[in-house]
Amino acid sequence: MLDCGLDMTSTLNFLPLPLVQSPRLSKLPGWVLKDGSTFLDKELKECSGHVFVDSVPEFCLPETELLDLSTVDVILISNYHCMMALPYITEYTGFTGTVYATEPTVQIGRLLMEELVNSIERVPKAQSASMWKNKEVQRLLPAPLKDAVEVSMWRKCYTMPEVNAALSKIQLVGYSQKIELFGAVQVTPLSSGYALGSSNWIIQSHYEKVSYVSGSSLLTTHPQPMDQASLKNSDVLILTGLTQIPTANPDGMVGEFCSNLAMTVRNGGNVLVPCYPSGVIYDLLECLYQYIDSAGLSNVPFYFISPVANSSLEFSQIFAEWLCHNKQTKVYLPEPPFPHAELIQTNKLKHYPSIHGDFSNDFKQPCVVFTGHPSLRFGDVVHFMELWGKSSLNTVIFTEPDFSYLDALAPYQPLAMKCVYCPIDTRLNFIQVSKLLKEVQPLHVVCPEQYTQPPPTQSHRTDLMIDCQPPPMSYRRAEVLTLPYKRRYEKIEIMPELADSLVPLEIKPGISLATVSAVLHTKDNKHVLQLPPKPPQPPASKKRKRVSEDVPECKPLKPLLSGSIPVEQFVQTLEKHGFSDVKVEDTAKGHIVLLQEAETLIQIEEDSTHIICDNDEPLRVKLRDLVLKFLQKF
Amino acid sequence: MSAWQAWFVARARRRFAMSRECAQLLPRVCAALADPRQPGSDDTCLEKLLDWLRDLTELEPTLNVVRDNPCLTEFFTSVLALPEPSPSILSFTLRLAGLLAASEDCFQHLQQENLLFRLFGSGGTLNRAVWEDASVRSGWVEGVHSMMHHQPALRFLCNGGGIDVIFTLQGDPSLFVASAASQLLVHMLTLSVESETTTPLSEKDCNWPACAQMIIKHIEDSLQSGCASHINQSLKLLTSLFGSCRATWTEVLWLRIAKQVESFLIEDSVQTRHMLANLLLNMSRSPVFCDTEGSFWALVTSALEHLTPVQAGPLAVGILSLHKCPQDVRIQAMTVLLQPMDCILRAASQPLEYAGLLDESVSDPSTVESLLSSKSSCASLLCQTLAHLEKLLSLIHLPVDLPYTSLLRSFVTILQFCSGLLIPATPLGSKISQILIGCGRVQKSALDALAALSERKGCDTVIGSLFDILLVYLESPNTSPTVLKKSFQAMSKWLARLPEMSCFNSQWPTEKILQDVFLVLQKRLCSPCWEVRDSSLEFLTSLIKSMRDQDEFRESLLSSEVPKLTENLLEDPESYVRASAVTAVGHLTFITYSLPESAVAGNQYNKEDTTAKLQDILSTDPESFPRRAVISIFTKWLKQGCTGQAEDTEQFVSRAIQTVERDLDWEVRIGGLELVEVFCVQALCRVGLPKCPYAPASSTVTSSIQQNESLQIFCRAKLFKFLFWSLCDYDKPVGQKACDILLVLRASLSPSSMLKDCQGAGDLSAGRGIPWLQRTLRQGSLAQNFPTDAGNGVDFEDPESMMLALGTIDLEELHDELNKSSDHVEKSPQSLLEDILATVGTIDENEADCY
Repeated sequence: MLDCGLDMTSTLNFLPLPLVQSPRLSKLPGWVLKDGSTFLDKELKECSGHVFVDSVPEFCLPETELLDLSTVDVILISNYHCMMALPYITEYTGFTGTVYATEPTVQIGRLLMEELVNSIERVPKAQSASMWKNKEVQRLLPAPLKDAVEVSMWRKCYTMPEVNAALSKIQLVGYSQKIELFGAVQVTPLSSGYALGSSNWIIQSHYEKVSYVSGSSLLTTHPQPMDQASLKNSDVLILTGLTQIPTANPDGMVGEFCSNLAMTVRNGGNVLVPCYPSGVIYDLLECLYQYIDSAGLSNVPFYFISPVANSSLEFSQIFAEWLCHNKQTKVYLPEPPFPHAELIQTNKLKHYPSIHGDFSNDFKQPCVVFTGHPSLRFGDVVHFMELWGKSSLNTVIFTEPDFSYLDALAPYQPLAMKCVYCPIDTRLNFIQVSKLLKEVQPLHVVCPEQYTQPPPTQSHRTDLMIDCQPPPMSYRRAEVLTLPYKRRYEKIEIMPELADSLVPLEIKPGISLATVSAVLHTKDNKHVLQLPPKPPQPPASKKRKRVSEDVPECKPLKPLLSGSIPVEQFVQTLEKHGFSDVKVEDTAKGHIVLLQEAETLIQIEEDSTHIICDNDEPLRVKLRDLVLKFLQKF
Repeated sequence: MSAWQAWFVARARRRFAMSRECAQLLPRVCAALADPRQPGSDDTCLEKLLDWLRDLTELEPTLNVVRDNPCLTEFFTSVLALPEPSPSILSFTLRLAGLLAASEDCFQHLQQENLLFRLFGSGGTLNRAVWEDASVRSGWVEGVHSMMHHQPALRFLCNGGGIDVIFTLQGDPSLFVASAASQLLVHMLTLSVESETTTPLSEKDCNWPACAQMIIKHIEDSLQSGCASHINQSLKLLTSLFGSCRATWTEVLWLRIAKQVESFLIEDSVQTRHMLANLLLNMSRSPVFCDTEGSFWALVTSALEHLTPVQAGPLAVGILSLHKCPQDVRIQAMTVLLQPMDCILRAASQPLEYAGLLDESVSDPSTVESLLSSKSSCASLLCQTLAHLEKLLSLIHLPVDLPYTSLLRSFVTILQFCSGLLIPATPLGSKISQILIGCGRVQKSALDALAALSERKGCDTVIGSLFDILLVYLESPNTSPTVLKKSFQAMSKWLARLPEMSCFNSQWPTEKILQDVFLVLQKRLCSPCWEVRDSSLEFLTSLIKSMRDQDEFRESLLSSEVPKLTENLLEDPESYVRASAVTAVGHLTFITYSLPESAVAGNQYNKEDTTAKLQDILSTDPESFPRRAVISIFTKWLKQGCTGQAEDTEQFVSRAIQTVERDLDWEVRIGGLELVEVFCVQALCRVGLPKCPYAPASSTVTSSIQQNESLQIFCRAKLFKFLFWSLCDYDKPVGQKACDILLVLRASLSPSSMLKDCQGAGDLSAGRGIPWLQRTLRQGSLAQNFPTDAGNGVDFEDPESMMLALGTIDLEELHDELNKSSDHVEKSPQSLLEDILATVGTIDENEADCY
């Protein structure tokens, strides 16, 4: 199984979980059907024309219908964003296999899961809504609830014990490490340049190579650069995890982020940045480190609030081997690779596990707050949205591309604060993909259907699709795809003793042949040729004979023949041996030599020779021997 | 000869004439140069030597120079005798011999000794191994070119086989030599025809002089050779000839070769076609051809049709810039430039909305369409066409009327294509869209063309989409800093035109546009990229310059956050940004200064605060750019009268110059002097004194009261200390400027009339120190710093002392001294000869030492 991401967009259908009682949210009116029925008014609330489920947020799990996940042997993880559904799989499906991921992926993935669990568990909700999921009821609901897919499969968030159990099934791997999977294939993680520890995977046998490219970046940010060279010579390249915002250049967006941040703060407003606790935030803090002095923002406090804020900031500093070259060299100076260490040291950046406790004492405005969750449905961000939403001086800047910012803001409407959408997605865009494919030159590209056509809202943008030759094979949800290659060869090892016994015969310069008689031993998808058992002793007694029957019988070997028969010389030979009435006829595939008197026919073709004579075995043997004179035996 | 011409010649004689010292040095120099044991001389020295000898031959008859200095001919003989002369010496020898042989009598003199034949003829340099060196061939061509001023030289070349050498050199591997050979042939052809022809020429050979015939035959043979390189050489030669020679015989020559040249257009010979555009362009500028109504223009039309759009572009621009040109040729030229724009418009539009520039019956768009739909040619064709159009639109007197509205629409369409906003309705449009999205090169060219178009009237109808697309570029985070800068420039030019666009204003209120612009400007001023902040500030300054008189503009600007953010940028860490912020803040002051008190108070714009901030930058900023900007703005303020009442102005100037007088950057100090100059002129005007020393004297006698008043103002403002100090500045332009100002002051304040009663400066109490000042300035005003010790007794704030100083110090002499170039001593011919001897003439001394 390649990755197991969690679709969190389902949470956008739910009301936010406020940290403190929100009079506004609690006063929202219940939703009433057109016919006046009120049976859903406890489950569904209406806010500025949108309907939300008033319950603990639920998540959309990976597809389980198509495949019995208990039969999955291995899960390969590309990056920490692509493992968020892991507990649902390892703990609920009977999965007994192994998960492979790099160390930073596991550590930061754990932080993301921990934050998710913490954000939801610390605001327990008494009520759990399920009536609306009834198919008959659901079709009466307004969009987008009406159109939500497989709501019956939506699940509440997992727990920390489940997270721990899931993570314990992960086996850590390093870049370029070769891992044998049941002898059948070898898998290797390669740096994908997107996040700390993010990987592309190569799955290869001796004669086939499949590359899985997911969430890769060619930009120079903090992680190790993408390893492109190792992707060359792939039979198939599975390509996914491209940028979600192909029209937004990350550099331009960072500029936009800084400009809007500075404008707001200079006007006395606060800035809220809903974000994940790891990833782009490191780059944003680095940009701000360079920018705040030039923008005259040295006295503005930056707050990073997350239950895992401290771990995230510290983890980033210790994964030196997973960082880009520049940051790696800093470690040897020794200096912290990320400048947020200095921001913390100089008190410009302060981090807190939550808004409770120390934060309330230190809190000063105007300020900039980085906090989760980017969906605005849970986490400390909900509190700041409620707190700052009423003032037009404040700004919320969306940097994570995973959620539609308009949908995220829907339960907060009407909203006075400014909203700026600066999605920073460093993953490959279509121009970069095009260059990558030209460089790597896979025989076939396999990708989601969405990448093979322009975005639905911009049908004229034919530049926003994968353009390669041959055209990519696309797949869609629940589609079974046959990859365009056949396994034609297997590698077989030969035991040294057996190899020793071979007598190669050169049949052409540089090409030698030898006959091999051996036993093929196959175990764990590995094939070995071993010496055949010794020929059975001549039967001394009945008892012995019985024993020998168990051993495979080895017939004496006939020599193999090679070479071709020169017809003219063959005819001359025949004549020398007394055949006087020899006639030769040419056929499409060779020649027929006719011995009229003997009523015998010798059919000579490129790969076969037949002697056809009626019941004259001595003649056939004589002719056979004459034929064999012209051929080599080995 | 007028008096000044005589003076000029006399001065030149003094400067360049052969002094006795030089005459003594020259033989040694020549001997040293011809000595193969000497190390090679510096090429620059040889160039200077040649320049000096050239100047010498212009002032004296060349033959005299040669006879008076036999070392020159001896030098030629010595070099010729060398078995292996160095290439640089031989090249120098050839150039010098050519230079001397330019005079006919000297040519004969050198010929008598057979020197020219040995140097330039077939038996000399040409057969030496050193001919392989490009510098020798270059020297040979240059020498021949120099001597080619008379018929004997022509005959020498043509009869001695030299002309064949020149023909060969046209294809020389060194481009310099090849080009010089081509130029030489043009020169020889012109000389031959113009000096050896007595009757009007006809197409037939017999009338042409022999040398001209040889060259023309060579041109004709080359054109017919079928060899691309030979054809190109002849086309280059013709291009150069028609570009430089406007005589009527060029038409006769053309008639002989026209058919052949025409055939190149029809034949599919890519290698020669690109040369034709230049040839025809040069011909079209010649009165010989442009006045004709015949075949020439038909050929140009044919060229415009047959050459590819890329080849024909430069020809089309040239044709459209001509004031004399048949209308149908103009239309054809216009078609070449408009066709890509036409295709763009059609590619972008639905068939029903057909909005092309050209009627399809006029031209076949298929070639341009195929170029536009190819990834490799689309961007370059558009960039080239846009650059041509920009060039045309920038002409002040454009002889043709271009369809400005359609052009504007096409530029806007290109920008829409590049930003991915345009939804194309045709297959060509889709292809173009795919190629152009995000193409910075095309964006920049289109924005440049758009800015140039703002100068033209009659494009009001599509103005709405113009501002829309410019705002998109200004707002988009994907716009690169260079494209953004150009977007700002285009926006600034078009905004300046807003007031005259009445039809536009009714649909799109100016305030709305300005509000949008200031909103995006606010964001850009906060950009983390300093180039963006800098461009934004420049844009603001440019807007204020062009729109500050408009109420709507002032109101929109002052009600936005822009002024506050601009002021914040005075503290930007990037010095360029600080400098631009200073300029922008300075210009903002022009607006706030004229506002009523109440408005200013409400907007919190305090002039004193701004002045203090700029003054602070002037005195403390570690980088020079912001300081230069401050002093420049101060001068602008003073010129525009934004410095308050007279007393305020006096203090303002005084404070500024006291800050800049010790500035380490000479441009800041020059800026300070400019401020002083403006202040002085204004002060003198205010009291009614003539401000310019060269202005005719006023009929009324200037009163000493007025003079005194001015003098006191200048003394109070501490101008004199700064001015006299600056006379001793290490950087000469500062001293020159200060001296100029002091001369103006002296002329206006007439110190002599005030001093006429005085017997001598030393007698006056006020005159203490003046002799010292005079001595110091004269002795080494540039060599030593001005003493800071106040004990010398010069009181720069004392009007009497200063009047005395102005009247006593010989400012003219100082002025002359300051205007001498710093190497005036080293630049003399004697110094040059000594330098050469010092570098190459060292063998004797060394030998003596060794001995």
